[in-house]
Amino acid sequence: MHHQDIPLDVVVDIYTRVLRIRRFEEEVGRLFRQGQLPGFVHLYIGEEAVAAGVCAALTDQDTIISTHRGHGHVIAKGGDIKRMMAELFGKATGYCKGKGGSMHIADFEIGMLGAIGIVGGGLPIAVGAGLSAWYTDSDRVSVCFFGDGAANEGSFHESLNLASTLMLPVIFVCENNHYGEFTPAVKAMNIIDIADRAIGYGVPGVVADGADAFEMYRATRAAVERARGGGGPTLIEAKTHRRGSHAEGEEAFLGGQTYRDEAETAAAQAKDPLLLLHTHLSENNILPAERLETLDAEITQLVSEAVEAARNSPEPEIESLYEDLWV
Amino acid sequence: MPRKTYVAAIQEALSEEMRRDPRVFLIGEDVRIGVFPSTRGLHAEFGDKRVIDTPISELAVAGAGIGAAVTGLRPIVDLMFGTFLYLAFDQIANQAGAMRFMYGGQTKAPLVFMVQNGAGSSAGHHHSQAVQQFFMNMPQIKVLMPSTPYDGKGLLKSAIRDDNPVLFLHSLSLGGKRGEVPADEYTIPIGFADMKRAGSDVTVCAAGPTVYTALEASKTLAAEGVEAEVIDLRSLSPWDKETVLESVARTGRFVAVDESFPTCSAASEWAATVAEEAFHQLKAPVQRVTNRNVPMPFSPVLEKAVLPSAADVIAAVRRTLA
Repeated sequence: MHHQDIPLDVVVDIYTRVLRIRRFEEEVGRLFRQGQLPGFVHLYIGEEAVAAGVCAALTDQDTIISTHRGHGHVIAKGGDIKRMMAELFGKATGYCKGKGGSMHIADFEIGMLGAIGIVGGGLPIAVGAGLSAWYTDSDRVSVCFFGDGAANEGSFHESLNLASTLMLPVIFVCENNHYGEFTPAVKAMNIIDIADRAIGYGVPGVVADGADAFEMYRATRAAVERARGGGGPTLIEAKTHRRGSHAEGEEAFLGGQTYRDEAETAAAQAKDPLLLLHTHLSENNILPAERLETLDAEITQLVSEAVEAARNSPEPEIESLYEDLWV
Repeated sequence: MPRKTYVAAIQEALSEEMRRDPRVFLIGEDVRIGVFPSTRGLHAEFGDKRVIDTPISELAVAGAGIGAAVTGLRPIVDLMFGTFLYLAFDQIANQAGAMRFMYGGQTKAPLVFMVQNGAGSSAGHHHSQAVQQFFMNMPQIKVLMPSTPYDGKGLLKSAIRDDNPVLFLHSLSLGGKRGEVPADEYTIPIGFADMKRAGSDVTVCAAGPTVYTALEASKTLAAEGVEAEVIDLRSLSPWDKETVLESVARTGRFVAVDESFPTCSAASEWAATVAEEAFHQLKAPVQRVTNRNVPMPFSPVLEKAVLPSAADVIAAVRRTLA
């Protein structure tokens, strides 16, 4: 892990994004276990370096599309933690006024075009955002996050091919966390690297270490450059690790059965992206120890305030069901 | 007034709207060549950027339309046949049909999905189904099914200008049908029915090709002294309930004619609404005339037998008079 080719302010920015995601997700996990959050919650803990590295390489105009495991993408793109937390509580002050929930957070103001609960559902829409950039001669790029599971959906194949044939500025970021729900990816595909599939569509496929935020940043920067230069789409496969459950409270679905390889989990956890970054920043004296501590405290405080505000926010009015339907 | 074919009227709507608004573009498989003449000639005028040929990838093309729409463009996504919409169902039902609501009003998706709908060319089950009923069931998609060249042009122009997702179903069997189309600019507002024939004895509600079936039946009925009022709904979602209920209040009898499979057909919705809201004005039970409940067959003889016929409509009207 090195940052020689990355400006220091970007290094700190990437770290801050990772930390914000981690502290937010830890709190969401606690709240869910306490029974305070309705619905399903899919945490991004262990995968933070992917969203942080990718989004740090984007401008505010560039757009992203996310998945059911989408909190990290929203935060990495600059989303408001308060409005996110309120949405998770289903409150009227949430991003979607309580109509979307954890799997459907969007912030169109910052180019976050929405999290999508259907595996593979976001890829075609990201192609359209890229088409729009091409159509209007904008140098905007469109990024789509999706998982290893989505790489087995038809939409993945159709979207890569369509973006390639039209040479659109789309960056496909596959977060290979090695499990589709409870099924290991190795049982769902007979290849090791999903990036290999890119060649079938005439698209460059790149494998990157999803635990290394700097490597993610570099891979994205190269793909962005290529896309803005009219070179078309890129597939980046981030090898990453889902620290916890598929969904919080998954024990209820498992009935005492286990599905993870303990040795593999231990190895992956030793490569915790936040720990790696923290160590890197300390050892290279990028931020003094004191600042690392205060930064963490500030973010933790921000998250607690968001929880407090969400708790005190009003429930949506039943009448709001008839708002936001037709334009 | 010039007389034009249904497909020519559709083509006119497309080219006029593309001239009017640079954000409007057409995307789909073979739209450049124009397999169906409705898109033919557009590429010559508008070029590669605004008439975009794609691979045969209905799901991705539908989603690309949505992505373009939420980022400021106004796509017309041509998916060719109604049955091909099934391949794009996730993007239409889960995404286009919910995103404005799901994201709390932060976005809008002004796009048109356009397909040839229904039977009439003996193409077998995969190219002959009418699909309107599926999309009428979605809370955030408008569904249009015009029966004449005049309505086709006027409604398509409204669909393109609408800020919501609209499914525009032009009927395969009506492509060559001619009708008057004004040379001057006009649009037809979405959500309003057209009274095709006034009558005092029974209200017959139809859309698309079944409008002609109903009109044919009404001639035979008139010879027997039964005056049918024929309403062409044109818009299926939203639909002009008021016009239908007002008619039923006068006639006291209702027959819904629809080219769908019977269960949860468009006709089911119209009939249920009339039974629910005009029960005390009815002199007889409501009647539905739909396809027979079998897959679409290839043989012209069998295909004709599956579709609603004038004889079926006449029989249904007679049941209301019995």
